[in-house]
Amino acid sequence: MLPHARLPMLLLPAAVLLAACSGGDASSSANGDGTSASSAGAVVVYSGRSEDLVEPLLTKFTAETGIPVEVRYGDTAELAAQLIEEGEASPADLYFGQDAGALGALDAAGLCATLPDGVASAVPARYRSADDTWTGITGRARVIAYDPRQVPEADVPTSVFELTDPKWRGMVAIAPTNGSFQAFVTAMRVSQGDDTTRDWLQGLVDNDVQTFEKNSLIRDAVDTGGAALGLINHYYWYQKAAEIGADNMNVQLAFAKPGDPGALVNIAGACVLSPSDNAAGAAELLTWMLDPSTQEWFVNETWEYPLVEGVAAPSGIPPLADLQGPDIALAELEDLPGTLAMLQDIGLT
Amino acid sequence: MGTSTSRRPPLPLLAAAVAAVVVMALPLVYLVIRVVDSGESAWSALWRPRTAETIATSLLLVVLVAVGVLILAVPTAWLLSRTDLPFRRVLIVLVALPLAVPSYVAAYAWIALLPGMSGVLAAALVMSLSTFPYVSIPLMAALRGLDPGLEESARSLGLGRAAVARRVVLPLMWPAAGAGLLLAALYTLAEFGTVSIFRVDAFTRVIYASYRASFDRTAAAVLAVLLVLLALALVAAEARVRGRASRWRTGSGAPRPAAPIHVRGRVRAAGLVWMSCVIGLSLALPVASIIGQLVLSRRRAFDPEAFLGALAGSVSASTLGAAVALILAIPLGVLAARYTGRLVRSLEAGAFAGHGLPGVVIGLALVFLTLMLLPAAYQTLATLAFAYAVLFAPKAVGATRAAVGAAPPELESVARSLGRGPLGAWWQTTGRLAWPGIAAGGLLVLLTAMKELPATLMLRPTGFETLATRLWSRTEVEAFGAAAPYALALIVLAALPAWLMSRWLGSPGSSGRRSQAPRTLDRGDAAADGAWKGAAMHQVKAGPS
Repeated sequence: MLPHARLPMLLLPAAVLLAACSGGDASSSANGDGTSASSAGAVVVYSGRSEDLVEPLLTKFTAETGIPVEVRYGDTAELAAQLIEEGEASPADLYFGQDAGALGALDAAGLCATLPDGVASAVPARYRSADDTWTGITGRARVIAYDPRQVPEADVPTSVFELTDPKWRGMVAIAPTNGSFQAFVTAMRVSQGDDTTRDWLQGLVDNDVQTFEKNSLIRDAVDTGGAALGLINHYYWYQKAAEIGADNMNVQLAFAKPGDPGALVNIAGACVLSPSDNAAGAAELLTWMLDPSTQEWFVNETWEYPLVEGVAAPSGIPPLADLQGPDIALAELEDLPGTLAMLQDIGLT
Repeated sequence: MGTSTSRRPPLPLLAAAVAAVVVMALPLVYLVIRVVDSGESAWSALWRPRTAETIATSLLLVVLVAVGVLILAVPTAWLLSRTDLPFRRVLIVLVALPLAVPSYVAAYAWIALLPGMSGVLAAALVMSLSTFPYVSIPLMAALRGLDPGLEESARSLGLGRAAVARRVVLPLMWPAAGAGLLLAALYTLAEFGTVSIFRVDAFTRVIYASYRASFDRTAAAVLAVLLVLLALALVAAEARVRGRASRWRTGSGAPRPAAPIHVRGRVRAAGLVWMSCVIGLSLALPVASIIGQLVLSRRRAFDPEAFLGALAGSVSASTLGAAVALILAIPLGVLAARYTGRLVRSLEAGAFAGHGLPGVVIGLALVFLTLMLLPAAYQTLATLAFAYAVLFAPKAVGATRAAVGAAPPELESVARSLGRGPLGAWWQTTGRLAWPGIAAGGLLVLLTAMKELPATLMLRPTGFETLATRLWSRTEVEAFGAAAPYALALIVLAALPAWLMSRWLGSPGSSGRRSQAPRTLDRGDAAADGAWKGAAMHQVKAGPS
């Protein structure tokens, strides 16, 4: 027998043993019989928001309520598309995304169940669907991040439409697969029309726009000078400032002028899914997310705007009421599929 | 030819092999059906400018990697096989080790060091550095086996050194280099992690992006089918080139090993500097970067519970995948080793055609397939294991074929003549001799599957993590410190198949297998030997990710 032939003989059983021992872990995610997801009673969440943020949130939920949660992370649009493809077969109970448009698209596909009692009225009407199928959890504003070393404050564009100017060639950063960016594009389509939006996107491509996977990467690229201007959400800046101190940050934020699609105020929101086989658990999670103490957690941890009355917004950021995005209702953003098709057509995704 | 090869294969074995090929082909067939079914929208997706751009980007990347691989591999192979450069033995081992660094792990290591790195050149650099052993290892073997008499004759007939290299050495080296280049090219086409980390819009990244960012997944399916066609075209092109390039000795006389060229002074120094650069960039730099990340961020980043969960996830999914792969591979391997004939050859070819199939394609196909036909299997460990089996069973087919082929068929005939039934005879003779080799094939599938990324991302159950998906999600948010333990674990796991390959491929004339099984090679079946080496080669590198 060759020495090298003996090794696999020893290792294969060892691997099988290890797999058997790890069975506990594996089967908590996928029952031993191979059927879909979830240990008993776990709420299956499809999260279009990042693991960094959602994982501690849901750990807190489980600690407080004892209800286990399993999460599938992805992009906001990706998981909405996946839910639509999955249809009734979906293992998911709750969808948590960062774009009202994705929620609108799910609603249009008949996948959002009616909100549980008490949830529907928890936030102002403009931050939830008209037919009580989805609700906003937190608010966020689109901003222009800029590198003051490359662009003095006075020269920062006040409208996103200036970004296709050749003087910004190669200097602008966007995250086209990110739900917040897509919602902003939908808002531009609704307020300015498809042709204008398509021309603008094509103008960005022709202007050598830099594309990133995440808003946080854009923020860091602008901070280090890799890009001069970037389209992100307000809270990415505040999170980093809380972490390393505002004085240590180079990147700064500017708000686009009132009415500009670049000043869109959107929500991160959620809905209970109609194919859910654990609607009670999902409803409990949704109710918990709108509890004032959880809303305060969002304020302290994510620097987003709370949507529930009586919870104070993070200090040092402009009040939500002062922000003036394009004059459209969030429910109008539901044509996310159209936005995705446009982005794909142009070659940004 | 042995007597057994003239027999017709028994029907149950044939049926099992046919079933295995059908099962392995199922995802791809379904993908094609889905594309054809979607008619008009598939057509419009095909004629989008984006499609042509993607093809161009992928081809550019393949060409750049091929050039990079040749630049790295040719001088390296020459220095290590034809000169008396010092430390050759150590160097030969070191230049095979980049195979142990999955290229997306290397990409992570580079970008952790240079966060601004991106683009097609960056991707080509990293992929060349991690795939050049595909060419340098067989090239070293071929250069060592080259009869210096040929070169001497050419010189004596009046050719200059350059002309000898061009007209004698190069044509003789091409088959070895060409097969290695093909592997590197297929790896490049199928690789997902590296192109995504460097933001290169090659096929795999575009397929995954359009799968994620669209409510209509037809475009992703169309691109996936195109990618498979492109890979098949590459295989066909290489086969054509190689078909014209067959060389052999005629007449009597024994080849002798070439006398090593003495290098000293500046040439020797230059040779050592070259080797240091190659090893430094392909091996030392990624490993140092990962260890650096680990040390820098030890305090905040390491989460042992998450790490063990991911390890358990990797082990359980890959073990299941390896088991399924063996079930598919054993009938095919036995059939290919023991029987000939058109049907057998085409079944074997069918199984090998799955080689280097991109994970993103199988992932996509199985998402469609399970949702349409078998929703209960969607996002289950079983489906993920099946994907691993489809992707990596060809490796196990090669190993089974080699192991069974090395067991003398006469023993089985003797056992039959002594009254054993067909299965009993097989198990007590061939089975006993071959099973370590078959198990090694299963282990290689297991270790390769542990590194699989795109199909895992698409098919895993909710909440299920593997080492690869953890590395991926940490890298995506540029949490490089938190990614480091996963990167290191993946390299350690990959080191084993790399080590096995260096044993199998290192010394072509004197492999252990040959001394174990003189009978097979008594048949003078050089092709079988070559196929085995090809299979061993395939087994090594982590399938692309």
